Amino acid sequence: MTSPPLGDASGRSRAGTGTGLQLDKARLGRDRAVRRAGRVGLWLSPFVVYLFLWIPIVILIVFSFNDGASVSVWNGFTTVWYENIINNTLTAGTESARFQTGLLLAAVRNSLLVAGIAPVLSTIMGTMLALALARGRFFGRKTLDALFYLPVVIPDITQGVALAVFFNLVFEAVQRIIGVRLVPGFATIIIAHIAFNISYVAIIVRARLATMDPTLEEAGRDLGANYQQTFWRITFPILMPGVLAGGLLAFTLSLDDFVITFFNAGVGTTTLPLFVYGMLKQRVPPEINAISTAMIAASIVLVGLSLIMQRRGQRADAG
Amino acid sequence: MARHGNAPGSKARAITLVGPATFWLIAFFLLPLVFVLIASFMSRGTGGAPIAPVTLDQYERTFTVFGPVLWHSVKVAFYTTVLSLLLGYPLAFFISRRRDPRVRLFLLFLVLLPFWTNFLVRTYALITLLQRDGLLNGLLQALGLIAEPIQMLLTSGAVLVGLVYGYLPFMILPIYASVERLDMRFVEAAHDLGANDWRAFWRVIFPLTLPGVVAGCILVFIPAIGAFVTPDLMGGTRGLMIGNLIQSQFGGRGNIPLGSAISMVLLVVVFIGVLVYTRWGQQEEA
Repeated sequence: MTSPPLGDASGRSRAGTGTGLQLDKARLGRDRAVRRAGRVGLWLSPFVVYLFLWIPIVILIVFSFNDGASVSVWNGFTTVWYENIINNTLTAGTESARFQTGLLLAAVRNSLLVAGIAPVLSTIMGTMLALALARGRFFGRKTLDALFYLPVVIPDITQGVALAVFFNLVFEAVQRIIGVRLVPGFATIIIAHIAFNISYVAIIVRARLATMDPTLEEAGRDLGANYQQTFWRITFPILMPGVLAGGLLAFTLSLDDFVITFFNAGVGTTTLPLFVYGMLKQRVPPEINAISTAMIAASIVLVGLSLIMQRRGQRADAG
Repeated sequence: MARHGNAPGSKARAITLVGPATFWLIAFFLLPLVFVLIASFMSRGTGGAPIAPVTLDQYERTFTVFGPVLWHSVKVAFYTTVLSLLLGYPLAFFISRRRDPRVRLFLLFLVLLPFWTNFLVRTYALITLLQRDGLLNGLLQALGLIAEPIQMLLTSGAVLVGLVYGYLPFMILPIYASVERLDMRFVEAAHDLGANDWRAFWRVIFPLTLPGVVAGCILVFIPAIGAFVTPDLMGGTRGLMIGNLIQSQFGGRGNIPLGSAISMVLLVVVFIGVLVYTRWGQQEEA
C-alpha cells in the first residue's frame, strides 16, 4: 500500500501558499460534494430498494380485495374472491372455470402432509449429523463435511431431475423383479424434501453448537452424569432453539419448494406451489390474488413464530 | 436411544449419529447425481432414455446447439448479480449503520418478509405489475411518458428484474453481516490520514467487506444461473435459460442424456462459483 495522504501533504507544503491553497479549496469542495452525494445516495437507495421489494406484494394484497378482475384499475372493495374460494363458486367466464376449491384444498392438504413429515425426519437426521460433525472424530469427517454442504449449493433443478432419473431407474428395477410398476407420489416427494432439508438443518444446528459453552457439558460429566443424561439434560435443552429454527426453516422450504417437487410429484399429489404454477400457466383466475394473500399471511405468521423462538433462545442464553 | 456406549466420544456413537443422514444424502442425493453424470455420456434411446453406446455427442450438442442459451444464461446471471450488488450494498450498509438494534432488526425483517413469501407468489406479484394492462404501464401512460403500453413481460429484461427481485436478499444478508463486523475505527483512521469519503470507501471499507460481497455475489449467481421458474413464467421463448433447457429434456418428448449433459455443464459452472466463494468469500469466524 502507498501512503497518498502523506505524499499529498508534502506536495502541498512544497507548492507554497499561492496555488496550493486554491487546490486545497477545490479538493475540499469536491470532497464535500462526494460526501453530500454519498449521504443522499445512502438515504435514497434503501428507500428505492424497499419500494422495489414491497410494491408488488402490496399491490397484490390490495387488489385481492378489488371488485373486478383487473389488477390495475380499482373498482371498489369486495371480499368476493375470498368467498368464492370458501364457497367453491366458480367465477363467471370460461377462463377461470378450471379453478375449483376442492382442488385447491387438496393441494393445501398435500402440502401440509409433505411439510408435516419431511421436516420432522430431516430435523432429526440433520441434528444428529450436526452433533457428530461438531463433536465426533471419525474417518471421513472432512468428506462428509463437504458432502452435506452440496445440497445447499447445487441448483434445485439439477437435484430435481437427478432424483427423477434415479426414481425412474429404481421403479424399472422393481418392475423387473416383482412385476409391479411403482409411480411417483408422496413417497418420492417426501424422500426428495428430506434430502435437501437435512443440510439446512445441520448448518443451523451446527452454528448453535459452535456458540455453546463446552464447560457446561464437562461440568455435567464431572458431577457424574453419563452420556445420555448429559445429552438430554444439558446439551439438548441448550441446542433446542437451533433445532427449532432448523426445523422451522425445513418446514418453510418444504412448504415453498416448487422445482424439486415439480419433477418428483405424481398424479394426485399436487402441492400448493404446483397448483399455483398450474394456474399461472393457464389463464389466471382473479381468485389467485386472494390465494396469494392468504399464503403471504401464512408466511408472516411463520416468520413471526421463528423470531419469537430466536428471541427465546437469546434470552435463555442471557439468563 | 439405547443405554450403551458410556465411553465419551466413542466411534460407535459417532457412526450411529451420522449414519441415517449420510445414508440419505448418498442414496437420494449423490447417487442420483452419479446417474446423471453417467447418463450424460450415453446415447438417446426410445422415449429419451439413455442407452449404449458411450458418446460425447450430448456435450457437443450442448455447446453447439445450445451454446447461445448457455452464454445468454451466464450473461443474465451476471447482470442479475451486478444489479443486486448495486442495489443491495447501499441497503446493507444503511441497515447495519443504524444505532438502535431494534431498528436494525425491523429493517432486516422488511427485507426478509418478501423473501419468505412463496417464490411463485412473488413472481406472480411482479407479473401483475409488469403486464400490458398492469399498474406500471398505466402509471407511465398517465404520466404521458408512453403513448401505448409497452410489452415488458416475456423479455430477457423481465427475467432480469424477476431474478433480482427473487434473490436480492441473498446479496443483502452476507454484506450486512460483514459491514456490521467492520471496525469503524479503520475508517476514522483513514479520514485522519487525509482520505476523503470516496477514497476511504474504496481503500478501507470495500476491501474489508469484500468477503461479504463475494459471498453475496455467489449466493445470487448460483440460483440465478440455475433459474427455471422465473424465465419460464416471465421470459417466454426469448428469455429461455439453462433451467428451461434441462426441464424440456426431461419432459415427455425429451432426451435424458442431453438433459443430463446440460445439467453437468450447469454443475461445473456452479462449482467454479463455489470455489471462488471458498477462496475469497468466507467470513472469518467472529
